[in-house]
Amino acid sequence: MSPILEVKNLYKNYGSTEVLKDIIVSIEKGDFLVLVGPSGCGKSTLLNCIAGLEPITGGDLFIGGQNMTNVSPKDRDIAMVFQSYALYPTMTVAKNITFGMKVRGIDQATQDAKLKHVSTQLQIEPLLHRKPGQLSGGQRQRVAMGRALVRDPKLFLFDEPLSNLDAKLRVEMRTEIKALHQRLGASMVYVTHDQIEAMTLATKIVVMKGGVIQQIGTPAEIYNRPANLFVADFMGSPAMNLIPAKTKKNGKGTQIEIARNNADPIVLTEKRSTDLPENIIIGVRPEDIVDAAFARTDDTQQADCMIDIVEPAGADTFAVMQLGGKHVTARLHAETTAAAGTSQRLAFDLGKVSYFKPETGLRLN
Amino acid sequence: MTDMSYAPTRTQSPTTKLVLRFVLYILLALFALFYLMPLFVMITTSLKSLDEIRTGDLVSLPREVTFDAWRTAWSSACTGIQCEGVRPYFLNSLLIAIPAVLISTIIGALNGYVVAQWKFKGANIFFALLLFGCFIPFQVVLLPMAIVLGKLGISGTIPGLIFVHVIYGLGFTTLFFRNYYVSIPSELTKAAMIDGAGFFRIFWSIFMPLSLPIIVVSVIWQFTQIWNDFLFGVSFSQAGTQPVTVALNNIVNSTTGVKEYNVDMAAAIIAALPTLLVYVVAGKYFIRGLTAGSVKG
Repeated sequence: MSPILEVKNLYKNYGSTEVLKDIIVSIEKGDFLVLVGPSGCGKSTLLNCIAGLEPITGGDLFIGGQNMTNVSPKDRDIAMVFQSYALYPTMTVAKNITFGMKVRGIDQATQDAKLKHVSTQLQIEPLLHRKPGQLSGGQRQRVAMGRALVRDPKLFLFDEPLSNLDAKLRVEMRTEIKALHQRLGASMVYVTHDQIEAMTLATKIVVMKGGVIQQIGTPAEIYNRPANLFVADFMGSPAMNLIPAKTKKNGKGTQIEIARNNADPIVLTEKRSTDLPENIIIGVRPEDIVDAAFARTDDTQQADCMIDIVEPAGADTFAVMQLGGKHVTARLHAETTAAAGTSQRLAFDLGKVSYFKPETGLRLN
Repeated sequence: MTDMSYAPTRTQSPTTKLVLRFVLYILLALFALFYLMPLFVMITTSLKSLDEIRTGDLVSLPREVTFDAWRTAWSSACTGIQCEGVRPYFLNSLLIAIPAVLISTIIGALNGYVVAQWKFKGANIFFALLLFGCFIPFQVVLLPMAIVLGKLGISGTIPGLIFVHVIYGLGFTTLFFRNYYVSIPSELTKAAMIDGAGFFRIFWSIFMPLSLPIIVVSVIWQFTQIWNDFLFGVSFSQAGTQPVTVALNNIVNSTTGVKEYNVDMAAAIIAALPTLLVYVVAGKYFIRGLTAGSVKG
């Protein structure tokens, strides 16, 4: 069976500015694809291109196996949820949801049945006769979802649908969207600048920067094996520690030396990769630097580190120190004994470490 | 920089406040009186008989109220050689103003919708040129317009005057609607496109229902402009198609013998009534429409 969405070598220019460069991505039925990147990376433009709201400059676009490159948005069998919800202000909730069916000349009985089904599903029946202006942000969000769901399209498109909600509601709606995806088994493309949203929702993530795809992969792949420094820094919170280091080879493997102010360098031994250049940047997630006292595996290497700042966050305590000229964050146990200005024995887990080439920023291992 | 807010050192006593308030109201009342005086004189004069005007005081109330002057002004005052009052010309003005207002408002709404929501290549230049049209003085277009009307075969006719007013009003109506529609998020159009609605469907179902305040602004503005227009009316009309403003001028200027001030005043009030009426009926929307900004929802 052909992929539900296939983007082949898509280019998009505004005048002489290249906004999207050689985008290649495809998803299967039931996939939840998240486009993530900083603002201005072209993720929303790509979504608009998929929707047909922006003409594309080069390449092809297939939805459900059909070439949709030059097909108008209404014939692409898609539904879209917008950041501002884009509810029709003069229409009631019910009219908002059925507008699409009315335009397409679907008979009243079907309209009513579908409206009832969707409003039950989203628990918005009490709101059906209100105008969008009388709804709260979360309720508007639901109505916007209802308008998309009622179409029962091949592909759902979401353009930062949660970014206008307050933090608590955002988390709630995130869970709800995920539940909806699991229940419907629908194919979705979702744009966000929030990497946590991307990680929690996606079955497949596309990380973009400057109109170019940086990496495509499952959330786990993106998180554990970032393809370059940009992805490593962008995905994950707190961000991955990216520490400049020098390598030396000896019999046991490769010695990795991290310079410190006012102290001897930390020396870690990498037993696997033997083919590292002299200067590298090592990427360690904060959760791979823990209290030596609480270390789970024996496969860790320990060092005493001077802690500069301690940030208790409830479940964990974050400790910030200075390594290789960079701030490095460690994710310590909530009951850690670490205190600012004192030395603490920490355990470094190199099991999931990433190595990058400083000149190109590309992953080495 | 420290706190810049200014705290007055002198506190006013309640009496001073009261006196100031009093002075303020007196001033306001005087201004109102000043502006209402001409209207007062017009109304009282129109209700007096000619004898009373000649013998009486300009500002005094009529000793004997008579509507003769109004009747004369409406149906038998002479505009040159014809003596039919302002009635036929009043009708002409309605025949010109109503279609011209409707057409220019509808086209302006469509123009504004396109310029604000369907950005095409050169949309900004198109809009700038259209705006430029607002600032061209009437006198400049008289000759070219006369030639165009002649070529179209509608010179001296009511459709000709409608045409002139529609063309001249488009710059303003487009500006009104464009500025109103530009505050409506473009996502609304996109959502409707995906829902399957086309260009006109979106305009009709989404934008029109939002547009009442700005339609009122456009209608008031256009009606006032077209109804009060004299220059186009006098230039592009002929006997039988003149609007009321031209007729009023003729009544006032072509009397022989005794000047019938009461008739002149009555005719002037009649000519001014429709614009006054439009403003009174729709005025609150006018203010609201001019200041209307974003559409929430």
